[in-house]
Amino acid sequence: MTLATPTALIAEDEPLLALGLQAELNKLWPELKIAALAGDGHGAVAQALALRPSVCFFDIRMPGLTGLEAAQALAEDWPDGRDFPLLVFVTAYDQYALQAFEAQAVDYLVKPVEPARLAACTERLKKRLSAAANAAAPEGLDRTLEQLRALLGANPAAAATPQPKLDVIQASAGNLVHMVPIDEVLYFEAADKYLRVVTTEREHLIRLSLRELLPQVDPQKFWQVHRSLVVRASAITTALRDESGKVILTLRGRPEKLTASRLYAHLFKGM
Amino acid sequence: MLAHQPRTPAESLRNFAFRGLMTQAMCLAIALLLTYFGTRALLHNLAYSLAIGTSCWLLIDGGIHLVARFINRGRAPQRRGLGPGWPGLAGLVAIVAVGSFAGYSLGSSLVDLVTGFHSPRLFQSSTSGIVTLLAAVGGTYFFYSRERLHEEQAAADAARALALENQLRLLQSQLEPHMLFNTLANLRVLISLDAERAQAMLDRLIAFLRATLNASRVSLHPLSAEFERLADYLALMEVRMGPRLRVSFELPADLRACAVPPLLLQPLVENAIKHGLEPKVEGGRIAVSARRVGDDLQLAVRDTGIGLGTAPVPLSPPSAHPAAPAGPPLDGGTRYGTAHVRARLEAMFGQRATFTLQAAGDAEGGTLALIVLPCPADTAAP
Repeated sequence: MTLATPTALIAEDEPLLALGLQAELNKLWPELKIAALAGDGHGAVAQALALRPSVCFFDIRMPGLTGLEAAQALAEDWPDGRDFPLLVFVTAYDQYALQAFEAQAVDYLVKPVEPARLAACTERLKKRLSAAANAAAPEGLDRTLEQLRALLGANPAAAATPQPKLDVIQASAGNLVHMVPIDEVLYFEAADKYLRVVTTEREHLIRLSLRELLPQVDPQKFWQVHRSLVVRASAITTALRDESGKVILTLRGRPEKLTASRLYAHLFKGM
Repeated sequence: MLAHQPRTPAESLRNFAFRGLMTQAMCLAIALLLTYFGTRALLHNLAYSLAIGTSCWLLIDGGIHLVARFINRGRAPQRRGLGPGWPGLAGLVAIVAVGSFAGYSLGSSLVDLVTGFHSPRLFQSSTSGIVTLLAAVGGTYFFYSRERLHEEQAAADAARALALENQLRLLQSQLEPHMLFNTLANLRVLISLDAERAQAMLDRLIAFLRATLNASRVSLHPLSAEFERLADYLALMEVRMGPRLRVSFELPADLRACAVPPLLLQPLVENAIKHGLEPKVEGGRIAVSARRVGDDLQLAVRDTGIGLGTAPVPLSPPSAHPAAPAGPPLDGGTRYGTAHVRARLEAMFGQRATFTLQAAGDAEGGTLALIVLPCPADTAAP
């Protein structure tokens, strides 16, 4: 997109604030075309994947997915070989998030957005867009992946207050409750509002989110390899990195292959 | 009860020394009185008075501590008869009786041993016996009342500190920075788009801030005022959330004057927004209503949000929140708000008020917060 018009996506659940940011950006950076406004996290990811903007403004607190979760989803599903959008996070007040952004040199804006601050932000974005256009390699994604990894943490939930670990998963099917020892579980996969619990012989559905599960399993044994996938490390037989940066995993005792996203590819390297 | 922080060893020692000194002073006074009214020399009276008094004091003081520790071992603080560090009344009477008898015998025998004099046994001399017993009872009573006074003062101080802390936390939760800055950000945009609406929004914000800052100054206000304050807050939220939020109020005219604690419903409305409707992509509605059930006032805050069963969306990744407790998925950030409502109702109405938080239980889903508090038909707010 060397000389193409820069485009932007604004993800903000408060309509006035979305309009306001759009108007300010229009004033400060008239060439920037606002490709879309999204009101929730899922919409933001879908629109960004469809429109492939050069810049994304993500509100942190949004319904559906938070701004950070949306960024993670975008990084994982981003098509190969395309320039990854520059990310700017927007938040009203969250000193912990701000500290993290500061530490990772991630672009962020604080609401109410001061014009001077926004002007500085757009100048930086312009510079980075032209630098990316001149450089041959798409280094944008690598840099973003590193920042996101740091922001999300290797296993974000485990960093919070430790919770008692699960020994047995209780999966109900009608009136029957299956007691599945955690040691038999090969992997967990998020599916809509449910979680697939997969063992060698069979699989179960439980009503739990991956976010709720993570603090309850041993992070040494179970690795998150995708925003919707947690795998028992000892059940993985091989890991093969493809050219797009994803890693294909084969499992002991299961025929299917799993895909670790770019965000977690760094977990699989030779000793 | 917060008053009973365990004493430090230094404090205990200081108290013990004080009781010892007071005992010596009392013995001196008794010796002087006995000399003035009696026939024996001052030195004689002083020796016996000090020996008997000190023995009595050591036996009674020690007895009280031992028995109290033994009796109160497993008991909850509020079930301890005369207070912590004290046995029950019967125990105290027994200890004083036995202590003064034994103290008299011990003290007088000791001085007898040194001087070679034969003082009468306790039952042989009614004067010495009565003086000893009176002194023992008086002394014990004095120390007991002094300690109670001290404890009550400590309890009052602790209660004052707690009330102040609660006030501060309420204020902090109501002036939540995230809400405030988002509101200001909306206001900033609205000024250039629609100055008139911006002004109306600013008026709502001013009313909301004033009510929040004033809430701790009055203990009750009329229900109509309560609804107006909620309307201010929800009007701000309507501007922020746009079509995602629909608000309705229902306040029958005859309930407008019912007296309620100010901003009682505020944390519930805030929770409905923050944990119910804000995380829901399509938004929903919130209904605040009041109705009379007999002599009771029933207040309901109902939302059609994501409900209690789903974890609230964290503000930012937990890894960036080293200090924030994770909490069980059910109740994430709502605990302070609901605990606060519960505590206020309990403090003001005791068992006569109830508070429940439950799934709304109909097709629309969401959460229903229900408060029932007494409001006799003829009462009105001051």
